[in-house]
Amino acid sequence: MSKILVIAEHLDGKLNSSTARAVSAAAAIKPEAIDVLVLADNVSAIAADAAMIESVSRVLTIARAENAHPLAAVLAPQIAKAAAGYSHVFAPSTTFGKDVLPRVAALLGVAQVSDVMSVEGAHTFKRPIYAGNAIITVEADANSTVVATIRTASWAAAASGANSAPVEALNIDVALPSHSRFVELQSGKSDRPDLQSASKVVSGGRGVGSKENFEIIFKFADKIGAAVGASRAAVDAGYVPSDLQVGQTGKIIAPELYMAIGISGAIQHLTGIKDAGTIVAINKDGEAPIFEIADIGLVGDLFKIIPELEQAL
Amino acid sequence: MKIIVGYKRVVDYNVRIQVKPDGTGVVTDGVKLSANPFDDIALEEALRLREKGVAEEVVVVGIGPADLTAHLRNGLAMGANRAIHVVTTDAVQPLTAARIFQKLIEKEQPGLVILGKQAIDDDANQTGQMLAALWDRPQATFASKVEITDGKATVTREVDAGLEVIEAELPAVITTDLRLNEPRFIKLPDIMKAKSKPIDTIEFGSLGVEANDHLKTTHYAAPAKRSKGVMVKDAAELVAALKQKGLL
Repeated sequence: MSKILVIAEHLDGKLNSSTARAVSAAAAIKPEAIDVLVLADNVSAIAADAAMIESVSRVLTIARAENAHPLAAVLAPQIAKAAAGYSHVFAPSTTFGKDVLPRVAALLGVAQVSDVMSVEGAHTFKRPIYAGNAIITVEADANSTVVATIRTASWAAAASGANSAPVEALNIDVALPSHSRFVELQSGKSDRPDLQSASKVVSGGRGVGSKENFEIIFKFADKIGAAVGASRAAVDAGYVPSDLQVGQTGKIIAPELYMAIGISGAIQHLTGIKDAGTIVAINKDGEAPIFEIADIGLVGDLFKIIPELEQAL
Repeated sequence: MKIIVGYKRVVDYNVRIQVKPDGTGVVTDGVKLSANPFDDIALEEALRLREKGVAEEVVVVGIGPADLTAHLRNGLAMGANRAIHVVTTDAVQPLTAARIFQKLIEKEQPGLVILGKQAIDDDANQTGQMLAALWDRPQATFASKVEITDGKATVTREVDAGLEVIEAELPAVITTDLRLNEPRFIKLPDIMKAKSKPIDTIEFGSLGVEANDHLKTTHYAAPAKRSKGVMVKDAAELVAALKQKGLL
């Protein structure tokens, strides 16, 4: 039977919703147990959040000052030790999971399955390659630990609230390296919904034209309660910071509503939104590739259309 | 210091790949191959560090069949001092690639290894992290800015929450994000010069690396197609359609 260890992602003492998405993928294996591992300096609030997630059996915590910031070189040896006795180790396929989990896999001497889209069996998974232009079925060796990152856009977050899993402190005796140090995090803090978990996202592209013009996108997003995203072209042009980038090299998202405004729809961008519920494209070029995948398209000038949309709401 | 750069050859990023109808793979015959874009960025960064006097030598490493030599010549033309070609006809998974790099590191003793953050064919995003683990050295993944001073690298990393700055003592592994730099173009005289630069050829079998085949790909499929959408004529119609779907 399978026993799965899910590595919790958190920031500023709060559990990230990507963790509950990884728990959903773990539950799809129908394992004997799903334990969530919290590594932090101050674990209690994060552990309490994790304990409420449905189908979590136990929350294990490792509270150490060295775990205050997610440094892969520091976290990986602890996770590799904690993985003993588990058949699977999962983490969300966010920059956190992508950074730390391959390091864990190498310490365990096993391969890693990246970006699991679906679970076909305890050792069989589907994942995208070539920027999502092909989907492969991979079979992991049943005799070794399965280490996998979970593509968050493919999994809904497991429900939270009804569960109250026990929280246990884990005592792991492992020497931690001092060769890697956290300096600072420059975050583009905002009151808007988080891009990765928002149910609505409004994205702007090169067609928006300038940093100043991007205000029209922010204003419209706020009006409908949406998160704001951007294409790589808009980020490279300096209109918005790079943490708003949606696409193969940015964030891969699956909101219920995705509105692409002034975005032509390069393959790189489409990869990031393929799983969105409804895609709306607004572009003045009727031939733009974005219209090939949009559920609803509107050809026209965004500077004319957005005010009209706001009027019609 | 010496810098080792991973230089993978992949299907060109402009090619829209096709899945074989029998599900055994993707069509690669006659398809244009190029350097993995993230590896070009890695090589560019190494060359800039050499130009700043931080490094003396830049070595590009490729793993693949005999004809990979032509690809490595491109890396030499871009400016690498020499190349190492690990020859194998088998597809190499990230853990095996990391083990190969580990062997080369034992021999070459570099101060820095720069790899792309992921290859655009398998999209694994693993090799750099795995190498750092096997080597027991720091990793700085998704780098968008690198500064080397006093035996340490200060690296700005593109993370979901914004930009994270970390310090890593050298030697270390850095993996590159898109925004790190703009790779230079190769000039014709450099192509001529590259012909006389050395390429060491090493048979994979002679390295004593255990090939890792924990993962078997059993099927390839094209992604599910989205159904054809509708066009609306104005903003009012769009809002009405979204309201009808309960999205506004």
